[in-house]
Amino acid sequence: MNENLFASFITPMMFGLPLVTLIVLFPSLLFPTSNRLVNNRLISLQQWMLQLVSKQMMSIHNTKGQTWALMLMSLILFIGSTNLLGLLPHSFTPTTQLSMNLGMAIPLWAGAVITGFRNKTTASLAHFLPQGTPTPLIPMLVIIETISLFIQPVALAVRLTANITAGHLLIHLIGGATLALMSINTTTALITFIILILLTVLEFAVAMIQAYVFTLLVSLYLHDNT
Amino acid sequence: MNVPLKEKKLLEVKLGELPSWILMRDFTPSGIAGAFQRGYYRYYNKYVNVKKGSIAGLSMVLAAYVFLNYCRSYKELSESLLDCFASGGVSPDRVGLVHRLI
Repeated sequence: MNENLFASFITPMMFGLPLVTLIVLFPSLLFPTSNRLVNNRLISLQQWMLQLVSKQMMSIHNTKGQTWALMLMSLILFIGSTNLLGLLPHSFTPTTQLSMNLGMAIPLWAGAVITGFRNKTTASLAHFLPQGTPTPLIPMLVIIETISLFIQPVALAVRLTANITAGHLLIHLIGGATLALMSINTTTALITFIILILLTVLEFAVAMIQAYVFTLLVSLYLHDNT
Repeated sequence: MNVPLKEKKLLEVKLGELPSWILMRDFTPSGIAGAFQRGYYRYYNKYVNVKKGSIAGLSMVLAAYVFLNYCRSYKELSESLLDCFASGGVSPDRVGLVHRLI
């Protein structure tokens, strides 16, 4: 039972070939491009959604920060679509792998921080000391702020990994419980099934929210630094 | 009119000519990439890039994705099914359900 539970998180390989590359590239198939003014329904819906999200997310930035719009919108689309595809039966979700999320979080965070240090050095250094701290507390507070700065990429990655992995595990467990209960007591199995349905609805929401949170935090780190 | 074998489409090839037709296909990387591209645009222009595209265009792709992932994990699922039988957790008539949905 235990080994079976975690089997869906193993990197998929087939005959020694990395299938995971194809799985990571698959969401890009679902977002076609077009040069026309009036498109088919799929592209029109995606364009509308993208405009909505980009206006809401990039409005807080200045001109320099808005150059990151393409990056952030690709990020939210990728994480959102990967998480949602992972809710399909038997599929593999790349964002459950910590390696992948670290690979997304560290470069983005480092890019924002290094931009800040290069262009507004004093302002970036000033972030290490909140306004109005009493003088004796200053050394300790600088250390704490440094630690909190360096923990940001790790927190970004681990947050996404843990949320998605936990959701998938819960679905596995409750699904298994429903199955086992069916032969013992049908009423309890029905209740567990309703819980499963509610959980699946939650997972849909979590999939999208996590994408949003990831991108929002990166955009906030950017805002601090431009 | 005598069309050379190389330029015939699949449905026009006679059964006896099939092996030689397959061997004459373009198996270079660019040939294979071209085949994928043609297949993609055939599907896209028929089901998605139309005036009133429906949910079926997207759903068929997702259904194929689910099916391919099931094929990929069939071996593990059947092994876990055997384990489940051995430990007495599931009766034989629940076979279909144990190939669980997730």
